[in-house]
Amino acid sequence: MSALFEFLLRMGDNTLVLGHRVSEWCGHAPILEEDIALANTALDLIGQTQMWLGLAAEVEGKGRTADDLAYRRDVIDFRNCLLTELPNRDFGHTLMRQFLFDAWHKLMLTRLCDSSDERVAAIAMKALKEVSYHLERSADTVIGLGDGTEESHAKMQSALNRLWPYVGEMFEADSVDDLNAQEGVTVNPSELRADYDRIVYDVMSDATLTIPDSRFAHRGGRDGSRHTEHLGHMLAVMQFLPRAYPDARW
Amino acid sequence: MSELEQVWARLREVPDPEIPVISLVDLGIIRDVEKRGGETWVVVSPTYSGCPATTVIENDIRKHLSKHGLEVQIERRIAPPWTTDWITDEGRAALKAYGIAPPSTAKGPAECPHCGGHDLERVSQFGSTPCKALWRCNDCKEPFDYFKCI
Repeated sequence: MSALFEFLLRMGDNTLVLGHRVSEWCGHAPILEEDIALANTALDLIGQTQMWLGLAAEVEGKGRTADDLAYRRDVIDFRNCLLTELPNRDFGHTLMRQFLFDAWHKLMLTRLCDSSDERVAAIAMKALKEVSYHLERSADTVIGLGDGTEESHAKMQSALNRLWPYVGEMFEADSVDDLNAQEGVTVNPSELRADYDRIVYDVMSDATLTIPDSRFAHRGGRDGSRHTEHLGHMLAVMQFLPRAYPDARW
Repeated sequence: MSELEQVWARLREVPDPEIPVISLVDLGIIRDVEKRGGETWVVVSPTYSGCPATTVIENDIRKHLSKHGLEVQIERRIAPPWTTDWITDEGRAALKAYGIAPPSTAKGPAECPHCGGHDLERVSQFGSTPCKALWRCNDCKEPFDYFKCI
């Protein structure tokens, strides 16, 4: 498997898995405006997935399509960060997960706009516009709920405590990242951490939330070595139709 | 009229499927019409990457042009990314007349598309389609869609 293919899977699986998770809210959000906002966010992420996995399939050159990659791989083949596959739980938890991902996503896409691979840069430039908007919204919501009522504050603090151990994995680097960074295709994710910490610190301060004092990180998603048990359940739902009715068409 | 001019003219007749008051040309998503070998190509830049209208738009283009004896190939191009700066002045006027505040350079709409009021507030960052947000005018008390500026 080439390093470029692996990198594209990591980008596309992040947006696919999180996009699917967010879409699970469709019809269930606390108010109509939030329902629409979540559905639109999911739509952007799925659209970005088509570009990332489409390019991955092209780079692989084995005749697979973006749909084949999305629907015909199993858990161990997925390369998304663990953070994106965690269940939604409550609305505040969903938006906290979104913020922690959006902040990383925007920093990463900003750097990828200068990728030596112009196909990667083109996708990044397109996605960055949408993700900047996602970050604005998730940051606003985290601040609104964190600095809200006693109950919303407690829920947001609990969400941050629960999700924080899944942040570190987004900044880990392995030989795939080293190879791609040498080629100028991407950057070493660890370079993004200082900027990320500043953004998170500012938002959590405004949200009156306390960042846990630990750098412990669960890992195993972005190299596929150990996903959480949740991903398999998610894929069982997401992949049901194409697996039950192979080659079905609209 | 040359064949390419005919294609442009016909494209001006194809409405956006979700906001039918604006044509695809005025929306700024038709980036090029050109000959490649013997084939005519239309280059389309999607608005949002996940916009479900993208495929519908491509089908609408093929259907409308073919009805008038014009066969085209379509290229979907993402770079440079579509921007609301590409919406024409005619397109902006059509949006406003339809009740959608056109994209503005500021952080929100310039004025209420119904009454021209300036006391505006955002209700939601997202609206009925990926390209719009929901706002409200405190002068006439009416809600309205705002075409997001990207």
